Amino acid sequence: MQENRPLAGLVAHLVLVLGVLIVAFPIWYTFVASTHSLQTILSPPLPLVPGDRFLDNYGEALVGGIGQIGGVGIGRLLFNTAVMATAIAVGKIVISILSAYAIVFFRFPGRMVFFWLIFITLMLPVEVRILPTYKVMVDLGLIDTYTGLTLPLMASATATFLFRQFFLTIPPELVEAARIDGAGPMKFLRDILLPLSKTNIAALFVILFIYGWTQYLWPLLITSDSRMSTIVIALRKMVSFTDADTPWHLVMVVAILAILPPVMVVVLMQRWFVKGLVETEK
Amino acid sequence: MASITLSDVRKVYPGGVEAVRGVSLDIADGEMVVLVGPSGCGKSTLLRMIAGLETISAGTVAIGGRVVNELEPAARDIAMVFQNYALYPHMSVRQNLAYGLKNRGTPAAEIARRIDAAAAILEIAPFLDRRPGQLSGGQRQRVAMGRAIVREPAAFLFDEPLSNLDAKLRVQMRVEIRRLQRSLATTSVYVTHDQLEAMTLADRLVVLNGGRIEQVGTPIELYEKPATSFVAAFIGSPAMNLLPAVRNGEAVTLPGGGKVAAALGPEVATLGIRPEDLVPGRRDDAAFTAELTVAAVELVGAESYVHGTTPEGGELVFRVAGRSAIAPGEGMMVSASAEALHRFGTEGRRLG
Ligand SMILES: Nc1ncnc2c1ncn2[C@@H]1O[C@H](COP(=O)(O)OP(=O)(O)OP(=O)(O)O)[C@@H](O)[C@H]1O
Ligand SMILES: [Mg+2]
Repeated sequence: MQENRPLAGLVAHLVLVLGVLIVAFPIWYTFVASTHSLQTILSPPLPLVPGDRFLDNYGEALVGGIGQIGGVGIGRLLFNTAVMATAIAVGKIVISILSAYAIVFFRFPGRMVFFWLIFITLMLPVEVRILPTYKVMVDLGLIDTYTGLTLPLMASATATFLFRQFFLTIPPELVEAARIDGAGPMKFLRDILLPLSKTNIAALFVILFIYGWTQYLWPLLITSDSRMSTIVIALRKMVSFTDADTPWHLVMVVAILAILPPVMVVVLMQRWFVKGLVETEK
Repeated sequence: MASITLSDVRKVYPGGVEAVRGVSLDIADGEMVVLVGPSGCGKSTLLRMIAGLETISAGTVAIGGRVVNELEPAARDIAMVFQNYALYPHMSVRQNLAYGLKNRGTPAAEIARRIDAAAAILEIAPFLDRRPGQLSGGQRQRVAMGRAIVREPAAFLFDEPLSNLDAKLRVQMRVEIRRLQRSLATTSVYVTHDQLEAMTLADRLVVLNGGRIEQVGTPIELYEKPATSFVAAFIGSPAMNLLPAVRNGEAVTLPGGGKVAAALGPEVATLGIRPEDLVPGRRDDAAFTAELTVAAVELVGAESYVHGTTPEGGELVFRVAGRSAIAPGEGMMVSASAEALHRFGTEGRRLG
């Protein structure tokens, strides 16, 4: 749609700028707060420009180890969270692709049973099955491990259905042409299905990475050792309502650091992500 | 290069649909056989059974003397061209052509040689590095043919490959397929519902109806001597006039209108006359005459089709060369000679 009405364009831009300001201001404010000393933050009003404590605050948070969260450095927490988010995203994608592949392209006994089993799990998000899952994890001795942190979150009916819908749009003749060209099931998956799905995979990766990054309830349950904790949990632990001396300057630093990786993932994958959402290349 | 032999091939789809009901056919090495028939008659099913994309319920398919019933499509040494091209959208044209060869372990130098050869024949060399999405429909169809050619298979299988093209391109590609098939001399089975395509491409035509073979023969045999009234109606455009006949004592009358002077024989149930065999005017030696009121005149360029109705309500079409002076509403006589009459019995079988 290409319109040439200057006034309409102006209004549209105003609305967009306003929207960006509303979204960006709290983040900017957090960043500003992360560069001031605790005293400055606690004595309002807070300035709107960054202060001079950038290096001190970030250095303290990253290397120093923070008392409220068991003396673990933020670096370690970021690493834990990145491992968790990546493992969940990759795991979900791999499992969903394989199960969608089986359901769409193969005829085997009980195909519909499996289809409905997967479908039913849509009604059982983590929160609903959290106690039995916890019990299983305890029995398997997976408390405070990366496996325990990620495995229960990997199965994904939603992603399976997304891939199933996409696979169903692939013309049957393409599958037949590949059969005639001598591509067996594995070759078909690798040479044709995966390349065709790559924009979908990228879009899903972004969504699932953020989903994994922001997990709260499950990591809270499954980790007791602060060295296995995630950044989101740590952030929560640092804010103490009874204790007056919450290190707000460090809280802000941690908040900024917690935002950065998902933002980077979005920025880096943006091109693919948008393509996957709007384009059907066929 | 190979012959294809179908022996009493049947297909019953799950759910009990009998798509192919016992087809036996010998296709000679290098021959181009065209399967035609109305929609749903089982053409695609038969072709897909030869390709190995559909299981064979009964009977055997042999390619080059080897029964292939249990073989995977890739092991049957065939190549197929689909109606919607079925090119791999994420691969360049070159990769599309190479994929099948790569999977069979053909050396890279040989793959390159075959692609160059095919690209030269099909004039697709300029697009070798483009994706299928960046080609026109006609170019995509050429690439699809290229993918079949580079395999150097024992047989080509075509399932309505030209149906997605516009009329002009279709004629052009038709000629090209014909030329290509002749020069490569590769056994081919071609499915179409377009009888003009069928007539011009086929060495032999197979008319299918309801999963059975109605008639096999050269296009001209089928045109001149259709074995059944179904074939008579299916081959030729405009379709043959088929008039129901009723025996009346010794004579045969046509309740739809028209008179027959020649002795038709008592078993005749249907009388067929091709539109080009009906001529305007009354002639003394005519075996068939009818009185018509012209209902419509279609001018198709070099000739015109005149549609008329008899006083009894029957309908007849005839062909006149060039621009016709006949106008709708006009009354006229048409006649046909004895050789032009096709006689069909009660089962639709040709008599004599
Ligand atoms: N997978 C299937 N399952 C059940 N019945 C089928 C299946 N495929 C085709 N049929 C039926 O088999 C019959 C023959 O189908 P086929 O596709 O061979 O027809 P066709 O001659 O190719 O028709 P068209 O000219 O429309 O392509 C039809 O009655 C069709 O409904
Ligand atoms: Mg068909």
